[in-house]
Amino acid sequence: MSKRFVAIWFRHLTTDRMIRRRPDLGDVPFVLAASERGRMMVKAASAPANARGICAGMVVADCRAILPTLQVLDEEPGMEEKLLTALAEWCLRYTPIAAVDLPDGLILDASGCPHLWGGERAYLKDIIARLRGYGYDVRAAMAGTIGAAWAVSRFGKISPIIDSGGQAEALLPLPPAALRLDQAILDRLTKLGLYQIRSFMNMPRAALRRRFGQGLLSRLDQALGQEAEEIQSVRPVEAYQERLPCMEPIRTAPGIEIALKQLLERLCMRLETEGKGLRACVLKCYRVDGELQQIDIGTSRASRSVGHLFKLFELKIQTIRPNLGIELFLLEAPVVEDMPVAQDALWAVCDSNEAVIAELLDRLGGRVGMACIHRYLADEHYWPERSVRAAVSLQEKPATEWRSDLPRPLHLLPCPELIQVTVPIPDYPPMQFHYKGRLHQVKKADGPERIEQEWWLQMGLQRDYYRVEDEQGARYWLFREGHYGSGEPQWFIHGFFA
Amino acid sequence: MIRQLQGEVLSLQGHKRAAGSDRLRTGLGPLEASFPDRVFPTGAVHELLSFAAEDAVATNGFIAGILGSLMGQRGACMWISARRTVFPPALKVFGIEPDRIFFVDLNRQKDILWAVEESLQCDALTAVVGELSELSFTESRRLQLAVEKSKVTGFIHRYSPKSRNTVACVTRWEVRPVASVLEAGMPGVGYPRWQVQLVKVRNGKPGSWELEWSAGSFRHISRRSFAISEFETRKAG
Repeated sequence: MSKRFVAIWFRHLTTDRMIRRRPDLGDVPFVLAASERGRMMVKAASAPANARGICAGMVVADCRAILPTLQVLDEEPGMEEKLLTALAEWCLRYTPIAAVDLPDGLILDASGCPHLWGGERAYLKDIIARLRGYGYDVRAAMAGTIGAAWAVSRFGKISPIIDSGGQAEALLPLPPAALRLDQAILDRLTKLGLYQIRSFMNMPRAALRRRFGQGLLSRLDQALGQEAEEIQSVRPVEAYQERLPCMEPIRTAPGIEIALKQLLERLCMRLETEGKGLRACVLKCYRVDGELQQIDIGTSRASRSVGHLFKLFELKIQTIRPNLGIELFLLEAPVVEDMPVAQDALWAVCDSNEAVIAELLDRLGGRVGMACIHRYLADEHYWPERSVRAAVSLQEKPATEWRSDLPRPLHLLPCPELIQVTVPIPDYPPMQFHYKGRLHQVKKADGPERIEQEWWLQMGLQRDYYRVEDEQGARYWLFREGHYGSGEPQWFIHGFFA
Repeated sequence: MIRQLQGEVLSLQGHKRAAGSDRLRTGLGPLEASFPDRVFPTGAVHELLSFAAEDAVATNGFIAGILGSLMGQRGACMWISARRTVFPPALKVFGIEPDRIFFVDLNRQKDILWAVEESLQCDALTAVVGELSELSFTESRRLQLAVEKSKVTGFIHRYSPKSRNTVACVTRWEVRPVASVLEAGMPGVGYPRWQVQLVKVRNGKPGSWELEWSAGSFRHISRRSFAISEFETRKAG
């Protein structure tokens, strides 16, 4: 299927909107102006003002000299973009891919759409007629490339519809400005007397590149369809989406569950044929009153099991407020990953276990949040707080071995707690210490194990760790922070040994 | 005759006899005599009580020791708690690869119970450890029903519970740390040593033992050898 693009040009975008808002301005020449370098500059002029020779870029004082009755209104900055985005969203009725083309246009990817309106001419006519009906002064053109459609919409004089393959011919009589070039290049072209595209289109490319740079050549190639050009749609199309419109509004939880099951079955069937699995999924419920309710789930590994995904959603269904009823369900999978075909082989015991565990983690994460679930890997740090890090995925293997040569407490306090000690100096373990209002007599002790400040982090003083046992037989991990030489060092408790 | 009948009663009560070859080796030594069928009950829920931070860590050490032999080379475990204190690298000493444990940190008791029950139903896990304070009889019954299907071993560690209420768990343990014992004249702190009390056990004999965790396995300290080593240290000291 050949590509077809529609370029729409709003000749008086902001002023037309002003008239839509204030119909009394309809026949009055007015301009939208903004202050720039201490003077008022015209940003947009309405059609009647244009007719009197007033255009954007002039100084308001000059315009007043031309036309004393001219009305000057303040310009709202950023209005074009807002307006064009809204118009692009409105244009989604014509095609799923509609992009904003600042400052005054829209680009629609119409490939495969015009036949629904009974042909390209009717399609284009419908767009123009409706937009004009809203009061926008538009010109539109359709061509096989974005560049050609843009050129013809602005500068074309003969036909707004250019067949695929006819771009070169259509471009010939147009001025160079139709190629969306920089002002500097346009000036140079005019200076050389190249007023039409035909005068330089067939020149040797090397000569064009040398004089005007690569920009001109790539714009020409884009217009002729020899170089690809991408547009950014206002609403990206979800590749994996299923929709279920309902004849009667759905208001009950069982109804939502049935709809969800149907959608999941369809989506998972599609994922299965394409060898994919989803990592995130969103159920959008469009209510009768125009409100949108949505619930989303995430999985810790790619999945396409209806039962599992349904269980994840089931935990959240009660958060949907159907009010008067839901008329459209939309199931989208924004994150999709390749997933090999499930192999229920006899020897793949470990993998299937992993899948079951992943499903369990998803269920837990779905209810209490994934942030609550951790798996730890060893990290190359000496400080106990930093010697573990959270694993990011279920499959991640530890990069370094777990060390078991140094004694580490089974319980580690989240942060060391200050204790009062009685201690012979310099390098002896405490004889007794106070912790949580109880005095512990140290009977046995081991240490010190010095853990230095890690030079690549430069945080904290060095610690001397002692393993001590009190008269009850309980074992603790204490440390002294810093040396004796510099002030009174403090003692902390950092953990409990089994 | 009586032993045969006992075996039948046990199998009717849902206690499955382990095949001779893959009998679980927990290294608990004389403790195993007090279990039904002389083997540590897997696929059941065990209850452990502790009342102080020092007891809690000894209890977790005892759980970790059993977990090490339960998980073996490829098992996975879920550790669900409110205020997690376990420091993963320390588990290596108990023969566990710390990266095969999933730690779930939850705030509400209700969520913990739900997560424990949900995990106990998942037969891909080897064991589930839940740390909470209160457990009613009904709740424990639900957990027991969950493991009967999935054969996962559950450990419910109750830290400072309000009362020692009856629950439907197979055993009830209380573990306390006791002073470690060193070879005469050696300085430092010895191997972890605990007073393990089996308060209740279904179809078994309760008792109390002293265990030490040394060289990657449990070692039972019999009264006499304990007395001798104690005597020797005193003499030396």
